Amino acid sequence: MAKFERKGKGGMPQVSTASLPDIVFMLLFFFMVSTVLRESTMMVEQSLPGATEVKKMERKSLVTTINIGEPALGYKAIYGSEPRIQLNDAFAKVANIRDFITAEREKMDEKERPLMTVSLKVDKETKMGIVVDVKQELRKASALKINYSARNLETIED
Amino acid sequence: MARSKETPEINGGSMADIAFLLLIFFLVATTMDIDTGLQRQMPPYNPDAEQSDDQIKERNVYVVLINSNDQLLVEGQQMNVHQLREKAKEFIMNPQNKDNLPEKRPVEIDLLGEVMVSKGIISLQNDRGTSYDMYIKVQNELIAAYNEVRDEEAMSRFGRNYEDLTEDKRDAIKEFIPQIISEAEPKNIGGGK
Repeated sequence: MAKFERKGKGGMPQVSTASLPDIVFMLLFFFMVSTVLRESTMMVEQSLPGATEVKKMERKSLVTTINIGEPALGYKAIYGSEPRIQLNDAFAKVANIRDFITAEREKMDEKERPLMTVSLKVDKETKMGIVVDVKQELRKASALKINYSARNLETIED
Repeated sequence: MARSKETPEINGGSMADIAFLLLIFFLVATTMDIDTGLQRQMPPYNPDAEQSDDQIKERNVYVVLINSNDQLLVEGQQMNVHQLREKAKEFIMNPQNKDNLPEKRPVEIDLLGEVMVSKGIISLQNDRGTSYDMYIKVQNELIAAYNEVRDEEAMSRFGRNYEDLTEDKRDAIKEFIPQIISEAEPKNIGGGK
C-alpha cells in the first residue's frame, strides 16, 4: 500500500470546490422547473380552515381559484371590512362570477374543460352567506367540481 | 491545442456566482404550496326540482343542521362536532339493521357479489350566519365517516386500505358505500348576511 502513503503531515485534505457550480446549477434547474410564479396578489386576508380528509389538487392547470375574505390592510380604507370576493387581481361581486368562470373555461383546452375544478379559498372567519351565494352562482355556471381549500391537520381543533 | 491570442477563454470562475444569484432569485420566487382541500361535487342547477326528495323516508335521511351560533343539531339532538363521525358511521352502515336507521336494498356488484347497499342520505343544512370554519369541520367529519367506513370494508373484503386498492376494487367499494351528502338551501334564521 505504499502508493497511498500520505504525503502531508496529516490534517484534512481540502475539499475540491470544482464541482460547486455543477451542484448549484442542479439546484437552480430544480427550482426553475418547480417554480410557479404567483399570478395574482392577494387582496384579501386569509387563514384557511383545517381539515383531516384533505386531498391534493392534481393539476394546477385545471384549477381556478376564487378568494374570499376580509380586504387586506391596505384595502380596508376603501373597501371596508366585510368579506369580499377576489377574482384574479380585482374585487368582484357575486354577479361577476359567471362571466369569470366562462372566461376561465375559454382559456382551457377543450378536452380538459369538463375536468375544471374551482378552488374556494375562504377565510375561516367568513360567514356562510357569501359562500352559499358563490356556490349558487357556480352551479348556474355549471362549474360543479369544487374544492374547499383547507390545511392538512392530524385532528380537528376546537 | 494552440489557441490564438485574439480569442481568450472566458473566465469561468464567476459562473458559480451567477448561478448562485439566479438560484437565490428562484428560491425566493418559488411558491411550493400545493393546493389541498376537500373536493366535492355539486348538483346541477335546476330551480324546478325542489320537491324531489319528498318521497324519501325519514329513516333514510340523516339531518345535520348548523345554526348561526355554530351549534350542531343532528337528528333532533344537539351534538358536539367530535361525536359526529361515530354517529354518522353508524348511520351509514346500520350494522344491527335497526328500524330507525336506513333501509338497505340488495345490489349485484362486480367483485363483491350481491350485497346490501344502504339507502341512507346525509342532509346538511346550514344557516347563512354559520361560520365557514364550522361548516368545513362538519363537512370534514362527514367525509371522514364515509372514508373510514370504506376503509373498513376494503380492509375486511380485500385486506387493504381503500386508497391502496386497484381501480376496479375501489369502484366496487364506492358502489357498495355511495357517498351521498345532500346540501339543502340555507336558511336565514340567525339574521346574518
